[in-house]
Amino acid sequence: MSAPARTLVALVGKPNSGKSSLFNLLTGLHQKVGNFPGVTVDKRLGTCRLADNKEVDILDLPGTYSLYPRTPDERIVTEVLTQAQHADHPDRVVVVADATQLKNCLLLVTQLIDLNLPMVLALNMIDLLEKSQQTIQVNKLSFALGVPVVPINARTGQGVAELKSVLAAPLEPSSRQFITAAQTPTDQAAETIARYALIQDLLAQVTAPTLHSEWKARTRALDRWLTHKVWGYVIFFAVLTLIFQSIFAWAQIPMDFIDGSFAQLSAWLARVLPEGPFFDLLTEGLLPGIGGIVIFIPQIAILFTFISLLEESGYMARVVFIMDKVMRRFGLNGKSVVPLISGWACAIPAIMATRTIDSWKDRLITILVTPFMSCSARLPVFTILVALVIPPTARLAFLNLQGVMLMGLYLLGFIAAIGTAWLMKLLINVREKSFLIMELPVYRVPKWSNVAYTLVEKTKSFVFEAGKVILAISIVLWVLASYGPGNQLERAEQTVRAAAGPQASEEEIEILTAAYKLEHSYAGVIGKTFEPVIKPLGYDWKIGIALLTSFAAREVFVGTIATIYSVGQTEDELTIKGKLAAEVNPDTGGPRFTPAVSISLLLFYTFAMQCMSTLAVVKRETKGWRWPLLQLLYMTALAYLSAFIAYQALS
Amino acid sequence: MKPGESAFISGFSENALSEKLLDMGFLPGAAVLFNFYAPLGDPVAVTIGSCDVSLRLSEADSILVSH
Repeated sequence: MSAPARTLVALVGKPNSGKSSLFNLLTGLHQKVGNFPGVTVDKRLGTCRLADNKEVDILDLPGTYSLYPRTPDERIVTEVLTQAQHADHPDRVVVVADATQLKNCLLLVTQLIDLNLPMVLALNMIDLLEKSQQTIQVNKLSFALGVPVVPINARTGQGVAELKSVLAAPLEPSSRQFITAAQTPTDQAAETIARYALIQDLLAQVTAPTLHSEWKARTRALDRWLTHKVWGYVIFFAVLTLIFQSIFAWAQIPMDFIDGSFAQLSAWLARVLPEGPFFDLLTEGLLPGIGGIVIFIPQIAILFTFISLLEESGYMARVVFIMDKVMRRFGLNGKSVVPLISGWACAIPAIMATRTIDSWKDRLITILVTPFMSCSARLPVFTILVALVIPPTARLAFLNLQGVMLMGLYLLGFIAAIGTAWLMKLLINVREKSFLIMELPVYRVPKWSNVAYTLVEKTKSFVFEAGKVILAISIVLWVLASYGPGNQLERAEQTVRAAAGPQASEEEIEILTAAYKLEHSYAGVIGKTFEPVIKPLGYDWKIGIALLTSFAAREVFVGTIATIYSVGQTEDELTIKGKLAAEVNPDTGGPRFTPAVSISLLLFYTFAMQCMSTLAVVKRETKGWRWPLLQLLYMTALAYLSAFIAYQALS
Repeated sequence: MKPGESAFISGFSENALSEKLLDMGFLPGAAVLFNFYAPLGDPVAVTIGSCDVSLRLSEADSILVSH
């Protein structure tokens, strides 16, 4: 069967109308996330099978209130819907409307009807409408608008089958016209008022007015606590503490399991495979590299679960509400809180999330400081180094001391972020009025399947996007660490034997040879050239190699360290933590990772801008290299200085 | 206005803001209810129609009301 082009159905609606839930219901797992050409607005596209086995493509457009765009996300919606020649111009539109706030949704509906687009109105949250003892006469509404109206509940799936059958049938544009081109008032505001006047009349016909309702009352009661002068902040802080404790405590179990499993896999391969360059590449390059990616999954999963729970429940909007005044003092915006909190998961989606900030200056400052928020890629580095400084059993009151130190590092990143924002506020000169007009959605119980979708999507994109880079770097590193200039490596054993003398045991010779080989490999040469720069921070050339490679992505540090210290170490120490703890500083004879070195490294990783993908996203979002390069410069300077001071003071 | 009071919108004092406010349903003639202040006194939460909206004081000030 070769149908020409498939029907493209766009989902449109205001934020919080349940558009994404409906998208998930219609497409299931048949969805992919891409970009609209030229801009970095997420384009969620999926396929949906209708009743008669016909398939249609479903496009989930960003949320918007009207066709008058104010943010880049909204601009895309307007372009896609108004330009018939646009590559993503839909054949049909499903407007998802919150049935309890029909009036606001009808503004967009009448605008779309006037565009002559074939359209279906999906009245979502029909259950909440009933609970609030309101009624909408669906047939009358459908007649007044001239489009099919389907009541649905995107949380339970009620009405979705009906929606699918409407989509399967032929659909004509509405014959109604609300405001025609000829009578369009020149003023946008006047047009909106004229539209609302028509909507008001229409609503009077189809609804029966009622007042207070149970769920509204529940939101009021919750708001009394969650936006309370004291309790509002106490609760917010408690939520953050819960997130950190769970990342550290709960994630540790699967992480240890993963670390251990990879060690066992390595040992097993060592027994069954023949020795040779391929074997070395597998056990010293590929396996530690893959292990270094897989080990983040538990932490990333937990973080994204929390963030999507906060968004889904409606609590995130309250956080914006209670934080706006504080954030404004630092040149930010209440809406900066969402990107900053998302920055704890990953700076890339966080920087993309700044598009909801309407003021350019607020948005630019948020972009510039978001990478200070400790992302999940720093977490593995932190986890390992914190574990080297503080024993796992240490406690502060009832809290695990490792968790407390971790939270301290996150706090430090946050302080760096708002401090820098404050400086930027004084330095960046843009005359533009910042504003914050935002809906406070009604609280609702999060829908678990939506949380699960976000979780799977984010984790998958992390594993494959970051994973590719990490894996490639692991292989390059292994090559650099295994081969060297000239023939020094081949003569390594001879040289070592000659230097050690005849009384050295075979085992000692083996270890010394391996160390000699690493030192004279390409990696060793690069690390040594670089050593004088980082010596004042307490690092040797091995850590130097890890710093260089982790410029691509911070988490590479762990993989690199694992690879470097795997080369020629005794087989008893197979976990990464064990390898680091066992590393000896040849100058002192003591451990390499002393508290001073570990803390210096922790500070370096807290502040440094080590993520090529973030730089690339900042370049895209600010349309030029000026801001990302400036960001790279000041973040690296701050990282170097603080690591230098910490090491010199502690050692 | 004080928390708990309601009034009717009579107009806007700032053009740039009025467009955004109109999109959210702040219409001349509509009743607006002042719910509560944020903990630090700014922004404020108001109800317009069946929708709760957060506004900064400066934005709320641009809405002209009559009782």
